[in-house]
Amino acid sequence: MKFRLIKALVAGAVLTAGAGGAATAAECIAPANPGGGWDFTCRQIGKIMHDIGVVDKPVQVTNMAGAGGGLAFNHVVTEQNENEDLIVAASSATTTRLAQNAYAGMTADQVRFVGAIGADPGVIVVGKDSEIDDLDKMVEMIKADPSSVAFAGGSAVGGFDHMKPLMILKEAGFTDIKKIKYIGVDGGADAITQTVGGFTQAMTGDMSEVVGFLKSGDVRVIAVLTDERVPGFDDIPTAKEQGYDVVAVNWRGLYVPKGISDEAFNNWADKLQQVADSEEWKTAMEANGLAPFTKVGGDFQSYVDGLIEDINGMSKELGVIQ
Amino acid sequence: MDILSNLAMGFGIALSPFTLMLAVAGCFLGTIIGALPGLGPSNGVAILIPLTFTMGLDATSALVLMTAVYYGAMYGGRISSILLNIPGDEPALMTTLDGYPMAKEGRAGDALVLSGVASFVGAFLATIGLMLLAPMLARVAFYFGPAEYFALYLLAFCTLGGMASNNQAKAALASCIGLAIAMIGVDNNSGMPRLTYGNMHLMDGVDFLVAIVGLFAIAEVFFFIESHGKGSSIGVKLDKVGIPWKDIMATKWTMLRASGVGFVAGILPGAGASLGSFLAYMSEKSLAGDKGGFGTGVPKGVAAPEAGNNAAAGGALVPMLTLGVPGSGTTAVLLALLMTLNITPGPTLFTDRPEVVWGLIASLLIANIVLLLMNVPMVKIFVKILMVPAWVLLPGVTMISFVGIYSLSGSYFDLLLMVGFGVLGYVLRKLDVPTVPVILGILLGGNMENALRRAMVLSDGDALFLWSSPIAIGLWIFAIAGFVAPMFMRGLLRKPQRITD
Repeated sequence: MKFRLIKALVAGAVLTAGAGGAATAAECIAPANPGGGWDFTCRQIGKIMHDIGVVDKPVQVTNMAGAGGGLAFNHVVTEQNENEDLIVAASSATTTRLAQNAYAGMTADQVRFVGAIGADPGVIVVGKDSEIDDLDKMVEMIKADPSSVAFAGGSAVGGFDHMKPLMILKEAGFTDIKKIKYIGVDGGADAITQTVGGFTQAMTGDMSEVVGFLKSGDVRVIAVLTDERVPGFDDIPTAKEQGYDVVAVNWRGLYVPKGISDEAFNNWADKLQQVADSEEWKTAMEANGLAPFTKVGGDFQSYVDGLIEDINGMSKELGVIQ
Repeated sequence: MDILSNLAMGFGIALSPFTLMLAVAGCFLGTIIGALPGLGPSNGVAILIPLTFTMGLDATSALVLMTAVYYGAMYGGRISSILLNIPGDEPALMTTLDGYPMAKEGRAGDALVLSGVASFVGAFLATIGLMLLAPMLARVAFYFGPAEYFALYLLAFCTLGGMASNNQAKAALASCIGLAIAMIGVDNNSGMPRLTYGNMHLMDGVDFLVAIVGLFAIAEVFFFIESHGKGSSIGVKLDKVGIPWKDIMATKWTMLRASGVGFVAGILPGAGASLGSFLAYMSEKSLAGDKGGFGTGVPKGVAAPEAGNNAAAGGALVPMLTLGVPGSGTTAVLLALLMTLNITPGPTLFTDRPEVVWGLIASLLIANIVLLLMNVPMVKIFVKILMVPAWVLLPGVTMISFVGIYSLSGSYFDLLLMVGFGVLGYVLRKLDVPTVPVILGILLGGNMENALRRAMVLSDGDALFLWSSPIAIGLWIFAIAGFVAPMFMRGLLRKPQRITD
């Protein structure tokens, strides 16, 4: 993950310099500091939209960091509700926080989700000498003794990384999810260090975070949480194959203000679809460890609604929200 | 010969005309920042961090610039110590003891050149040490779980808290203020917001850069205002600058020993450069005995603390890079820079991002050589900076601070917060409460709490888990010793009084 952020940062700096004078151009709000995942989304999608000619002027990127995206969400809802030239970067983190009511009472239906066009696949990882070799073994151990498998992940308690193993355990019929041990550390690399060091038994995170350690042979990925196996990692089985119907990916996408016309919404959906189909985007995805994941328009709205419902339910059980 | 090939890679990254230019600029700025009384390496680096974003520098260039400023400030601190008897920064405190008397004897030039050479020796040896030792220490990191990390953070608080002030209670109070500020924001272990009062600006907690710039730079501005911007003037004459070969040769062993002492002190998390220069000076003083004449203007008394504090500056990078735990206030700021650049220092940094690590080491070596070349012949020019009237300096510092902090997040809220921290810093300094532990509290408090709570999650709330490994027990012993020892050695450790004449 960290690798591509630097690249995005460098590319971003160049892009910003070029995007200066376009006053009437479309604007993309990245709800984080330069260099993060949302920043990458804005800059890459904005750049490709201009490169393939679906927008006349370069898309201007505005960084609006704060409250894990909450400041930008609030800004869009209260001040830009009818701005048809505005798009905002979003990801799984956006929906997770909305589901947990972490944006000070604002809800997902106050904006419209346009689509996602790429995703970092979720993974469950163990140390190379671990006795856990597949999800069945892991679930069996947890059912026998919930405290025997502790997870480390790069997000806080109740965050998306925490949810991944819980989704699998729910599929397996294990409902006492409060008993599952999870520690949130500072990023995927740290989570892996804890797992390799033997302090936790498994790591939950994104594919891009584990690639380096996978190459060095320190860890094994026991399941990837996608519909199909990820190209380039064909020997890693999906959770679905192992009988656990869980898809959890960190998708990269956009939302727009609620108050814009249907025509403007469809227009953005169409543009996003064109980006998804472009060669440029395929190259960008490859360079940044993203797997294809295209859901645009109405399709995506129902996916988001389902996701929020799931996470909301689990968060209540965990006690993260009332 | 891994090290040599890695180093070659590092130079390949760090040595381009553009980065070399950044290194020279950084060294120059750093030396000035270090020489200006009150402005030390940590606020220098803190103030300049936003500049790297404004300039749109990539990770390597930003690192080169910042390490050049860092090392430059460590060099520059001695200038005002020797000429004005006012330490340019905290680590340069010990240099006043013999440097100023030397200057009064008319040997200011000798003292400046000698201390410049000593700084080079200390910094150079420390960089070599970093090169050889850091990869080894990096492997140790797999043995650090939540319990060990908790003990490590505890050690940092105990040693720094103990050294930063003569008064343990005040240091402890300052740490607690920092810890309290660190509590603000979303709690990592429950996902619930704490002490945010529904304010979304506080959800992510208090940015430590806001706190650092407020507590150091803005508080400094308040002090300037209070003193009605009294100008500084140089009390000693600087006639000619030659190279005092005799003194350099006579102090070569002092420099080597002081470098060793300083490096070890720097590696200890939280101890930092002040401890390095202090220990180096004290050990040389006791080696020389009463006949050594320490305190009356002897070359050894200038060489030892300078070699020591610059070696400590290099040593402090070891835990910062390999464990993500800063060894001094300045490395804490550098850590913040790395994290803002999406580089997370830690056990995997050496394997994950060799280009960053070796680029950094190469840039340290470059900065060092640039500094030696710059400092020795240009002593006279640097001295002029000390004559800049406060009414020029003050608005500059204020402007840089405001623009810098605003550019970080684009929110006026941070500016208000920064001014608030400035007031806090002013009050604390008036009460003689050290501000360094406050920063440490904000920076490490959250990590320390998280480590403790992770340990509790993993052990099902069994407190004995905290002492479950030899590493953890060892760190606890050091921490307790570091906290208790200064209480009994108060007389020995008393900071030197400023000579008033």
